[in-house]
Amino acid sequence: MSTAVFAERNYLNEPAGLKAWLLTLDHKRIGVMYLCAIMFMFMLGGFFATLVRLELLTPKQDWFEADTYNQLFTLHGAIMVFLFIIPSIPAAIGNFVLPLMIGAKDVAFPRLNLASWYIYVLGAFVGIYSMISGAVDTGWTFYTPYSTTTNTSVVSMTLAVFILGFSSIFTGLNFIVTVHKLRAPGMTWFKMPLMIWGLYATALIQVLATPVLAITLVLLMLERLWGIGIFDPAMGGDPVLFQHFFWFYSHPAVYIMILPGMAIISELVATFSHKNIFGYKFVGFSSLAIALIGFLVWGHHMFTSGQSELSSMIFSFLTFFVGIPSGIKVFNWVATMYKGSISLKAPMLWVFSFLFLFTIGGLTGIFLGALSVDVHLHDTYFVVAHFHYVMMGGTVMALMGGLHYWWPKIWGRMYNEFWAVISWALVLVGFNMTFFTQFILGTRGMPRRYYSYLDQFQPLHGFSSVGSWILGLGFIIMGVYLIHAIFKGRPAGANPWGGLTFEWKTSSPPPHHNFDAAPIAVHGPYDYDKVKAESTFFDYAAGREVPRKETVNQ
Amino acid sequence: MNDQGTFWLPPAHSTVAAETDALFYFIYWISVLLFVGVVAATLFFFIRYRRRKSPDYTINPHNNTLEITWTVIPTILVFVVFIWGFRGYINLSIAPKDALEIKVTAQKWFWSFDYPAGATTVNELVVPVGKPVKLLASSQDVIHCFYVPEFRVKRDVLPNRYTILWFEATAVGDYQIFCAEYCGTKHSEMLAKVRVVTDVEYNAWLDANANIGAGLAPEEFGAKLYTGKACVTCHSVDGKPGTGPTFLGVFGHEVQLADGSKIVVDENYVRESILQPQAKVVAGYQPVMPTFQGILKDREIDALIAYIKTLKK
Amino acid sequence: MSMNHAAEHPAFLEHHFNDAEQQRESAKLGMWVFLLTEVLTFGGLFCAYAIYRSWNPDMFFNAHKELDVWLGTVNTIVLITSSLTMALAIRSMQLDNKKRAILYLVFTLLFAATFLVVKYFEYSHKFHVGQLPGKFYTFTGIQGNNPHIFFSIYFAMTGLHGLHVLGGMCLIGWLIYRTHKNRFSSAYYTPIEMVGLFWHLVDLIWIFLFPLFYLIG
Repeated sequence: MSTAVFAERNYLNEPAGLKAWLLTLDHKRIGVMYLCAIMFMFMLGGFFATLVRLELLTPKQDWFEADTYNQLFTLHGAIMVFLFIIPSIPAAIGNFVLPLMIGAKDVAFPRLNLASWYIYVLGAFVGIYSMISGAVDTGWTFYTPYSTTTNTSVVSMTLAVFILGFSSIFTGLNFIVTVHKLRAPGMTWFKMPLMIWGLYATALIQVLATPVLAITLVLLMLERLWGIGIFDPAMGGDPVLFQHFFWFYSHPAVYIMILPGMAIISELVATFSHKNIFGYKFVGFSSLAIALIGFLVWGHHMFTSGQSELSSMIFSFLTFFVGIPSGIKVFNWVATMYKGSISLKAPMLWVFSFLFLFTIGGLTGIFLGALSVDVHLHDTYFVVAHFHYVMMGGTVMALMGGLHYWWPKIWGRMYNEFWAVISWALVLVGFNMTFFTQFILGTRGMPRRYYSYLDQFQPLHGFSSVGSWILGLGFIIMGVYLIHAIFKGRPAGANPWGGLTFEWKTSSPPPHHNFDAAPIAVHGPYDYDKVKAESTFFDYAAGREVPRKETVNQ
Repeated sequence: MNDQGTFWLPPAHSTVAAETDALFYFIYWISVLLFVGVVAATLFFFIRYRRRKSPDYTINPHNNTLEITWTVIPTILVFVVFIWGFRGYINLSIAPKDALEIKVTAQKWFWSFDYPAGATTVNELVVPVGKPVKLLASSQDVIHCFYVPEFRVKRDVLPNRYTILWFEATAVGDYQIFCAEYCGTKHSEMLAKVRVVTDVEYNAWLDANANIGAGLAPEEFGAKLYTGKACVTCHSVDGKPGTGPTFLGVFGHEVQLADGSKIVVDENYVRESILQPQAKVVAGYQPVMPTFQGILKDREIDALIAYIKTLKK
Repeated sequence: MSMNHAAEHPAFLEHHFNDAEQQRESAKLGMWVFLLTEVLTFGGLFCAYAIYRSWNPDMFFNAHKELDVWLGTVNTIVLITSSLTMALAIRSMQLDNKKRAILYLVFTLLFAATFLVVKYFEYSHKFHVGQLPGKFYTFTGIQGNNPHIFFSIYFAMTGLHGLHVLGGMCLIGWLIYRTHKNRFSSAYYTPIEMVGLFWHLVDLIWIFLFPLFYLIG
């Protein structure tokens, strides 16, 4: 067993005090503050989701009024998309690990980074105010003219999303500059960990797409407040134009959500297979390819909207091409494991969940990209299931994998592996129960956003609701053991997984200034063949050279 | 033709459905194959290559042949899917020239259908079997979406233009119409039926419907209209409040309006409320009722008034 | 990378940068990325403009005649000149000429104010005759469908641009204060350079707005 150590002087307690935390410019603290905020939002969004599933347990409308139900699914969607998934991996985990992984002392603009967190919190408060003052009932997509005519608080929710956009842009801007300018000596673009490639591609989308959403939401607010008529059919405006504007952001936003997830998976697969990633350049460039092609496919949300057949054809064609790079990634991850030395610790189990669920999510995207089949499946539960498999089965599973991977780095302490396996299993089973049923509901014709439904759909809906409870239980258990680990976990040591990227070269938790000695990139991020497993490395926390295998938990 | 429905898909009862279903199953089996491949390989590697003392590092992590193979093969597959889907979509988009035209109007939260001969129906679309039917759809308020799963057709219904959808039903029967685009409070209850009948029945129905209500007492006709024209969606006849006030025991009584004034419910007030629903809204209710101008004929309004008169406490 | 950078650590250098060069390069790249987001923000509105103009070409042509080309031209000249004075302010700082830098910054500020004053007169005239966006539109003299759309887009675009001018003025005011307090020198004038970049963008956007609204036809 290892003689792992806990770094007594670290970023968590130096400098001490609440004020030092609230005014911190340290990317690690800002990452942790983001983590707390997004986890709270995940709970809130999850809570609304269980209420939605509760109403859908029976065909009749029974637990909630029609309007209440409509507000619940809107809040679930808006919170999960804008307050949870979009900031989750980049702003929370990315903020923590990005500078560490490239050997920098901080992000390029620490003040902007802190501002981004406060803007996020402001956006969250405006969002919560909006919920209290007559929660919005438009669906998270805010389609006009419904959103310009309903008498719920659309303006404040739109304002919240507008504000959150700035937070997202600032994070993206910071990452782009940091990656370009602050890499450690020797770290060329092709020696960067794939996590950085993924975050970089994500940052590009955040910076390029979010401004368009911002201006769209401003127009929506002006429409509601002053009736400027741009989207109002009664005044010569076009409601479909809103859909174009909205999806021009919101489709790339899907890649803001999934690319960082893929980035984490690349790290985990390499580390837990103790093997160089297969096809490094293909995995790296496929992130950029997804980011770029992702801007050209927004019209596939609108195949039935009455846009021209020509547009639909072009968007369908391009949609298939954005799927290919995702496929390439999956194949490369699987190939990486071939003849590896695979350790099935908790993070790797989440990799399995990701591969299992994201593959389904990706493949069901082909159904929706095919024009004639989409006509049948559009706006049914098939779509709901598809994006939950991608967003939750993909991004959230990767986020959980990342949390379990970097938890010992963030807090310096290890969680309980037994409970980690239990929680992983519950989530995997609960997730499939909840959402696989929804594919069947969708292909059989059940439309989305219904609080009551035909009796024939009850068995599947009931099964799905029960699944959501198992899923919820899995996450509750996870919350308990992860928080327990922060206080009572055994010290993790600098490098519990035997990772080769820079964040494992510093103590756990890392010191305020990240590295005691500035790291230099001499080999690639996953060169397990060149850096022998038996070789030693410098454990800064222990203050001495230690053999690698000593800190690898076998 | 898939008449019974499969595990995945509901019964197919239109001419375009077979093509859509074939493509669905083509993608389905490709997906199953790929999914099983990925998961099986992962599990196999998990077991076969569990952590060992000395891993084998002879694998070259760069292999362009392999990379190109697993890029090109899926690309070809999705290209096939694209062409196939596009052909089906064009088929769905272009209605045959001789198609029977029916006008569809969507509003919160019901459907009305206008037939060439002058008949109108609410929440029930009657069409002949084996004849192409072209729907010319528009909305009175927000965006709705016309969806019949058994026909595999769906089209958004917009407020500022006509959208077109066509189908040719292949079997007699009743099929569900859903609103598939979220449209507010009662989106979930914006349901309707397509009644597919034989050609003979259809013509007979058209004739009968052109002067519907003939031979019925006004209050009987009104009772039919109450359900047929979807009043029942919002107004109860048993005293329970719905989206709108109940019809039970209102006629001849005083009600309080949203602006605080009072009015006695008489023939003129009922007529006005049907044609200009926002003019005098009863206190405690939202001004959400759509106008029935153009949907109800004078004769039908009279019949409804006669029916409401019979609903005494 | 200098080995003795601790010894030559200037006050303006932040702890997480290795040297002044890296700090300046980062700021510059950051600013360009920010300008990109600005371009995309306006890009959305330019799209809306293009779409509605292509749907109502005649109405746009008729409506544009209501705008005063002379005031627009004056404003264009004013903004271009302010871009020049901004560039001269940076040049002066590079030459360590603080007084001259302040002078040019003040000129830039005055030009910006002139621009807004002219805009104020244009706006108030339109308010007066009812050439307003959407449902507030009461003017009757324009041929074509939905002329209020033209003014919705006109006010959205010039309004957002005006807000940028206002923001730029605040930044220039802050620069004048900081220059006065001797915070800048030929060794460190990054903030002036960055605000300069921003100001050129604001100018550039106007150079697109001016022909699109005032000179159609």
